[in-house]
Amino acid sequence: MSDQALHLQSLVDLRATLATKQASALEVAQHFLHRAQADAHHAFLAFNPEATLAQAAAAQQRLDAGDTSPLLGLPIAHKDIFVTTDFPTTAGSRILEGYRSPFNATVVQRLSDAGMVGLGKLSCDEFAMGSANENIAVPSAKPQAVTNPWDLSRIPGGSSGGSAAAVAARLTPAATGTDTGGSIRQPAAFCGITGIKPTYGRTSRYGMVAFASSLDQAGPMARSAEDCALLLSALCGADLDRDSTSLDLAPENFSVSLNSHVKGLRIGIPNEFFGDGLASDVRAPIDQALQTLVGQGAVLVPIALPRTKLSIPVYYIIAPAEASSNLSRFDGVKFGHRAKDFGDLADMYEKTRSEGFGDEVKRRIMIGSYVLSHGYYDAYYLQAQKIRRMIADDFQAAFQQCDLIAGPVAPTVAWKLGDKSDDPLANYLADIFTLPASLAGLPGMSLPVGFGEGGMPVGMQLIGNYLQEAKLLNLAHQYQLLSDHHMHTPGGAA
Amino acid sequence: MSSPLVQGYEVVIGFETHAQLSTQSKIFSRASTAFGAEPNTQACAVDLALPGTLPVMNKAAVERAIQLGLALGSQIAERSIFARKNYFYPDLPKGYQISQFEIPVVQGGEVSFFMEEGKDTVHKTVRLVRAHLEEDAGKSLHEDFIGQSGIDLNRAGTPLLEIVTEPDMRSSAEAVAYAKELHKIVTWIGICDGNMQEGSFRCDANVSVRKPGTPLGTRREIKNLNSFKFMQQAIDYEVRWQIEQIEDGHAIQQATVLFNPDTGETRAMRTKEDAADYRYFPDPDLPPLVIGRDWVERVKSEMAELPRVMAERFITQYGLPEYDASQLTQSKAVAAYFEATANACGQPKLASNWIMGEVSRRLNSGDMSFEALPVSAAQLAALIGRISDNTISNSAARQVFDALWVEGADAGGNADATRVDAIIDAKGLKQMNDTGELEKIIDEVLAANPQNVQEFKAGNTKALNGLVGPIMKASKGKANPAQVNALLMKKLG
Repeated sequence: MSDQALHLQSLVDLRATLATKQASALEVAQHFLHRAQADAHHAFLAFNPEATLAQAAAAQQRLDAGDTSPLLGLPIAHKDIFVTTDFPTTAGSRILEGYRSPFNATVVQRLSDAGMVGLGKLSCDEFAMGSANENIAVPSAKPQAVTNPWDLSRIPGGSSGGSAAAVAARLTPAATGTDTGGSIRQPAAFCGITGIKPTYGRTSRYGMVAFASSLDQAGPMARSAEDCALLLSALCGADLDRDSTSLDLAPENFSVSLNSHVKGLRIGIPNEFFGDGLASDVRAPIDQALQTLVGQGAVLVPIALPRTKLSIPVYYIIAPAEASSNLSRFDGVKFGHRAKDFGDLADMYEKTRSEGFGDEVKRRIMIGSYVLSHGYYDAYYLQAQKIRRMIADDFQAAFQQCDLIAGPVAPTVAWKLGDKSDDPLANYLADIFTLPASLAGLPGMSLPVGFGEGGMPVGMQLIGNYLQEAKLLNLAHQYQLLSDHHMHTPGGAA
Repeated sequence: MSSPLVQGYEVVIGFETHAQLSTQSKIFSRASTAFGAEPNTQACAVDLALPGTLPVMNKAAVERAIQLGLALGSQIAERSIFARKNYFYPDLPKGYQISQFEIPVVQGGEVSFFMEEGKDTVHKTVRLVRAHLEEDAGKSLHEDFIGQSGIDLNRAGTPLLEIVTEPDMRSSAEAVAYAKELHKIVTWIGICDGNMQEGSFRCDANVSVRKPGTPLGTRREIKNLNSFKFMQQAIDYEVRWQIEQIEDGHAIQQATVLFNPDTGETRAMRTKEDAADYRYFPDPDLPPLVIGRDWVERVKSEMAELPRVMAERFITQYGLPEYDASQLTQSKAVAAYFEATANACGQPKLASNWIMGEVSRRLNSGDMSFEALPVSAAQLAALIGRISDNTISNSAARQVFDALWVEGADAGGNADATRVDAIIDAKGLKQMNDTGELEKIIDEVLAANPQNVQEFKAGNTKALNGLVGPIMKASKGKANPAQVNALLMKKLG
């Protein structure tokens, strides 16, 4: 494999390339940096070649000293929602343009400690709010929506659209993403790559610009389940001194169980995920993938997730509520954008936030403030929390009958740029299959299972019970041993 | 006990006190809480609310809340919830304050104390509603900048315990007595340094008035009372103002008011109409605060003896009246001084009388704290010993005490108990225990005052005083008054 061009290699391949000295860490970094800087998809927002090359040189020293760490010397790029000392952090928002964090997010730091080389920062929907990567406000001089490497007229998905597009276009072998309501899984599906959102609390939220605290979760996006397993192993683990919602668990090695057999594995098929709303060009490859797994001895079990539809209103109450509060700190007082001309303090707040936030962010701040208001709290927020618990209960009932759950990630393949940009509700409705696992805090992943309308990639979603990431990665890897959808490269990227 | 009325109105007061907890670091970050540093030098990324930062609970702040709950007989909630109170202000970096709303960590409890009411000393109890943990905001500095305000975030994230009472107080005096008692408790158990000037102990008083037997009146909240003196002035002014309004036919509007010590008046800051909607909701960054019984037990075992427990012990161990026990447990220093004195002289009640009497009178007149007391416990014990073995009279003892005080206040003073006898000798204060010499003086005085003798014999017992005075004078104060009385009765009987 390692006779392939460097950018076509997976992390595992690249690591072998480094180990056998077919290329140095510096050469690998330069190769990807060169591609990324020529990025035609507007996936990258920031570079720091000096820092990148210095990290590559340091990694090479460790390699030369015989360090066999599995991620040592491999490039990674970060969603611009993670704060970084080497690069500015904008969260895709004008209000943070030019902001430089004095510390690294735990996720960034852990991958750096593992020897990975940071290539740059990746575009995302403003404050991770969106499912098309069209809610982009930076750079304010010329904000550009990210395009899908499989079809430049289509969206890459969101909010980790830059991450998905960069991996798909082979600008980086891997990227970090965050998933609040599907923001890793959906763009991974739309761009034909593999991504996993771990159990809530598995990865530290410290240094992630918060959108909805009770839902936000970081995870890896890469070519294969095997690569995701390597990355997740380095990312996970308790961070109790910095994040109180971090789970008190030792790091886990997700690579060791990739080859467990799947014979007898019970895959739950939720009725609600395969109804009229699911496009046939998406359904067909998923059905085929499931048959492949049945061929390996897996068993399909029909299950019910009766409150699937409610996950949309519940999510669009809870997430904006938390966001409205989380985004209060962007007030022009301490950091980030401040309006140039203002009268009194209230005017400063109003102008700063009016100028600094985009429409979707403002929309969610208004919804969130409304549902938390005196007199509405019980009817909206409290009620949503109750239903959220019921949704989690539905999953627990389902997991009595199955080991994991499979279904679509999104109802359709990636849509055309601009198709839904004036229709927030249509965007929200497209999140229906990813929201339930987010609300329940369960791990979910997306893996490529074929192509649909317009030759666009189709992803299949796997949902596991709490802390069952290993099972998801195992099944995904077993599938990827039998399929080559994850190996396909978009035309422009070869 | 009926409530004291003001112009026929009953005063109703409830308190909210913010006690800054004496932790080394902040409630949700590791930055230092020390007072008085250069602006913004004690604010870390979490305190500045930099993007990506998250709160992590400081266990030391929780332990202090547990201590208060144990001290006041409250329930310690096994599970309490942190909530966000959302509002915009430049010294509130996150745009919300992390506090507790629906389920606070400390629930119920009471503060009891003695206070003077007319000529009586009465026992009062104020019930607590709750005490909850929260973070302090920073400070806005409006004076130091022209056309701008400065923000100092050193205080942002300092742990606070907000202690809320029922509207149980019925006078400004009672309110002050409550505040003093609470102040005593938080400093005694060491959860707060009690420094009111630096804002470590800030009181808000909710004040309303009503005709007795009618429903509660509309309250106005006086914010940030940072001295006991202003507290009383502010409440008294507020009560008069409210009564005047009502008498003039105006309804009281719920409002938040500030007390201006220069004018002695309260003035409304904001009324209920423009009160903010704080959009409280549980903070998703902090899991519920779980306090197991074992944690409470551990904190309990590490706590110093509480004032009310110590007062009970003083009653049983030293046979003191309840009032004495309560007074002697006003501070750890007083209590320790009492115990040392009582144990050294074996006369607990006399020790108590001296400490509550002469000692506190001298301290008050010099505006001194108990820690600065120049007379050692050993000296006071020796002095009490000389009174009870009849070496000196009470009035002579006061002279010795004065001398000890002057010596002790002097830097070269000697705290040694032997100074007591040395002073008695030097001043010649030994009582006249020689009956013969005393009888001679008595006979001379009786001879010189025949009229008093006659009156006494006629049944006027007061006439005896006219004889005792001259006898004491003639003995130069050395006569033992009890002995004088006994001899007089013998001679006149």
